[in-house]
Amino acid sequence: MNDFVEFFSFSDTNIRYVTLGSVLLASSSAVVGCFTLLRKRALVGDAVAHAVLPGVCLAFILSGTKNPFILLLGAFVTGWLSLVAIDFITARSRIKEDTAIGLVLSVFFGVGILLLTAIQHSGNAAQSGLDKFLFGKAASLVGEDLIAFAIVAVLLLVTTIIFYKELTLLCFDQAYAKTIGFPVRLLELLLTTLTVFAVVVGIQAVGVVLMAAMLITPAAAARFWTDKLSLMLVLAALIGAFSGVAGAFVSYTAPAMPTGPWIVLIVSMIAILSFAFAPKKGWVSRLLRQRRNKTQILEENLLKLMYQLGEQKPNYDAPRQLHELLERRAIPQKEAKAGLKRLQNQGYVEKLPSGWKLSSQGQRRGERVVRLHRLWELYLTQYLHLASDHVHEDAETIEHIITPELEQKLIEELDFPVMDPHSARIP
Amino acid sequence: MILQVDNPVVEVHDLTVSYDRKPVLWGIDLTLPAGALVGVIGPNGAGKSTMIKAMMDLLPVGSGYVRIFDKPIDEVRNRISYVPQRESVDWDFPASVFDVVLMGSYGKLGLFKRPRKADKDAAMEALNKVGMQAFADRQISQLSGGQQQRVFLARALAQDADIYFMDEPFAGVDIATETAIIELLRTMREQGKTVIVVHHDLQSANEYFDWVVLLNMRLVASGPTEHILTQELLEQTYGGKLTVLTKVGELLRKQEFPSREAK
Amino acid sequence: MAMVGDAISHAVLPGIVIAFLLTGSRDSVPMLIGAGLLGVLTTFLIEFFHRYARVQADASIGVTFTWLFAIGIILISVFAGQVDLDQDCVLYGEIAYVPLDLWITEGGLSLGPGTVWTLAFVTILILLFITFGYKELFLTAFDPGFAAAIGISTTAWYYSLMTAVSLTTVASFESVGAILVVALLVAPPATAYLLTDKFKNMLLLSVLAGIIASVAGYYLAVWIDGSIAGAIATVTGIEFTLAFLFSPSRGILLKRKQLQPVQH
Ligand SMILES: Nc1ncnc2c1ncn2[C@@H]1O[C@H](COP(=O)(O)OP(=O)(O)O)[C@@H](O)[C@H]1O
Ligand SMILES: [Mg+2]
Repeated sequence: MNDFVEFFSFSDTNIRYVTLGSVLLASSSAVVGCFTLLRKRALVGDAVAHAVLPGVCLAFILSGTKNPFILLLGAFVTGWLSLVAIDFITARSRIKEDTAIGLVLSVFFGVGILLLTAIQHSGNAAQSGLDKFLFGKAASLVGEDLIAFAIVAVLLLVTTIIFYKELTLLCFDQAYAKTIGFPVRLLELLLTTLTVFAVVVGIQAVGVVLMAAMLITPAAAARFWTDKLSLMLVLAALIGAFSGVAGAFVSYTAPAMPTGPWIVLIVSMIAILSFAFAPKKGWVSRLLRQRRNKTQILEENLLKLMYQLGEQKPNYDAPRQLHELLERRAIPQKEAKAGLKRLQNQGYVEKLPSGWKLSSQGQRRGERVVRLHRLWELYLTQYLHLASDHVHEDAETIEHIITPELEQKLIEELDFPVMDPHSARIP
Repeated sequence: MILQVDNPVVEVHDLTVSYDRKPVLWGIDLTLPAGALVGVIGPNGAGKSTMIKAMMDLLPVGSGYVRIFDKPIDEVRNRISYVPQRESVDWDFPASVFDVVLMGSYGKLGLFKRPRKADKDAAMEALNKVGMQAFADRQISQLSGGQQQRVFLARALAQDADIYFMDEPFAGVDIATETAIIELLRTMREQGKTVIVVHHDLQSANEYFDWVVLLNMRLVASGPTEHILTQELLEQTYGGKLTVLTKVGELLRKQEFPSREAK
Repeated sequence: MAMVGDAISHAVLPGIVIAFLLTGSRDSVPMLIGAGLLGVLTTFLIEFFHRYARVQADASIGVTFTWLFAIGIILISVFAGQVDLDQDCVLYGEIAYVPLDLWITEGGLSLGPGTVWTLAFVTILILLFITFGYKELFLTAFDPGFAAAIGISTTAWYYSLMTAVSLTTVASFESVGAILVVALLVAPPATAYLLTDKFKNMLLLSVLAGIIASVAGYYLAVWIDGSIAGAIATVTGIEFTLAFLFSPSRGILLKRKQLQPVQH
């Protein structure tokens, strides 16, 4: 608890740097990542991340200093070159895009490692610390780094906001963007440049391999919570920022813990939880929806059965025993009982000492299900030429899903029918 | 008009096929006679390819079943042959014409066994039949569309199956190839094989096929060509949108409804 | 599928670390098993996220491997005292140390570098796999629809192939590290692919390209005193660039007039 208070008071400058740095990096790369994700080019971020290494080393060899701006410049050049290489290879040979990505990524990285080790072996004392580009050293960010980060982060965010409309269209429908006269090539270049910037900066916090996560994961997570792009960008940035703070906190409480991997672990957990639990799109909510459908089907089937029993006499008010219902349709007894209970609570049936009885509301709903069933059977035989002995099964499902508008349309298309294919009256 | 036959080679019973819960084929009931050259005809996106794939159990089916030679498909796999749509494979793949035709023997060979001399001879002979023997060592990336289609056909011939499913073998091929293919299909029919061909040119359909199946989301008609290619049935196939059907399909997907109620 | 290979090569890390923690040694067999399991798990997770949670395919790859790799690094940090693996080694290995890591039997007999034995074993395994599965691998790669129609399980072969990738990765891990494995997995085949149209030649050429890269890479590394693995990857890149520019049939500079498809 003490740790907690101390951490969030940000009294320690080091904590302040680390946290602020992580937040800036994580949120700006998350925003750019949304666009690359939507362009279905999520993995190019991974390639750029690997490709900045030779640039950093070359910049160091050529300049002999570790000035962050010069190193960033080197990183920028090779990172950008790698994207050009991927596009060029894909366009000019029969190599497919994912192979080109894997190829460029590993070769650039190999060159980087070769240069890095050569520098290390050369005994140049100034070189120590270059390898922070490999694994990231979020925990040892200093003021100078932070200024560089802040500039880049602000630049990224502002550019994204200015070109929001253009970038959106580029991701959504490139061909259309072209036809209405957008400079598509320039916009692509812009997005590429933004990606490279995000990577070049982010890599110092989380390292080469995990950089891809900073671009892809928050965006993938945010995608599950909303269908609105603007909201998605904000969410991705928040998810990134939260992970940044949380990662910094973990490595503050346990100094042996690497910040970068923790940021990635946390953002991954958020993403996986989103995949599972996000409302509407999440896996669990889809399972729940399927269960709800099942319940609805069961309840409507019960009402339908009671209505059909009523049709025979016709007397819709007579109480029915459970076994009468189950004779007409095999429903597990327990489920049927539970279903009737629920229907009673909703006011669709009443429980009398002599059995279950449809309320007037229940009768209307049962009638509607029967009507939809028979309408659908008729539709299938008339429009789809299905044999009348095959339509029942299908109607068993469709009767639960037809909306009132569709019902109206169905009735019109069938010209206000009275009889279904089995010569039963359509109520 | 949907004509069902006795002792069919292919029996499709109440088949519904969905992608992601949205049905694209509804309740198909279809039987096909032995030894016929069958054309499956319908507009783009009608579900022709889908039906062919479902017949071979390459797609999960929502309901219904398919029997071939009165047996479940897995028992007769080595008696059937499939010619996929030409675009479905990567023609840049590093393979020679002969390699591809030799694949025809893979099904019979089973796991781990290598093709023997007899298989290679069969492959060569199949190439002969499609007039491509001179191209055996040619790389497939260098073939024209018509030649690609002939290679696919040769592969199917090398399988020596009893029933052939071909997805648009005439799409984008030259006239010479088209004539060569149809001649070959006719010879196969004479040998008592059944050939089911997805096709979209109405003009030639009349001349090519003995039996025609009209398809558009549902089975519109199935029967001898002269009874099926009528103005009225074609209008039913190509005209008139089934908006209600499409909307219900969309609803099934959105609401994640089971396409058939679990029993 | 190149990126799935890349993903696996990173994601096997936690498997290796866990195998190491459980057995307490750098014994190869448990590591191979650990990595193999993780490789299959990765393939499965990518599929699962994509199919059941409907995560976009490329995002599913990216999320999965970075997540597992982060876990691996964290495990290494947590058990830093007990795990004789460090981060650098994971990323770029150090093939120069291989001769130092001798496999001494209990009798005190030296059998040479342990890594070499592991590599030899895995190489034989992979060769057997390719020899016996050649036909199926070829077919499922070229035309999965046809493969399924004649009763060959595309899923089973996909998973087998990915297991092979994981085994290769882990076997090469100590010597070249995770990312450079990818260079060796992707670059030589891509080079060969530009040089030939025959599948068999492509296999042979890519082996050749791999061997040349290893030898040339070694001398390059000695010459500029850098990482051997890095140098090997660099050479694979040079090979690819040469093929890309000068391949007789497909090079963008020397491309002769394309053979015209012969019409009948
Ligand atoms: N893999 C798939 N996933 C989702 N929908 C598909 C898929 N394949 C085909 N469809 C849809 O199913 C319908 C029928 O497609 P298809 O069988 O290919 O038609 P056809 O071969 O008659 O042109 C089309 O509306 C198509 O969009
Ligand atoms: Mg089709």
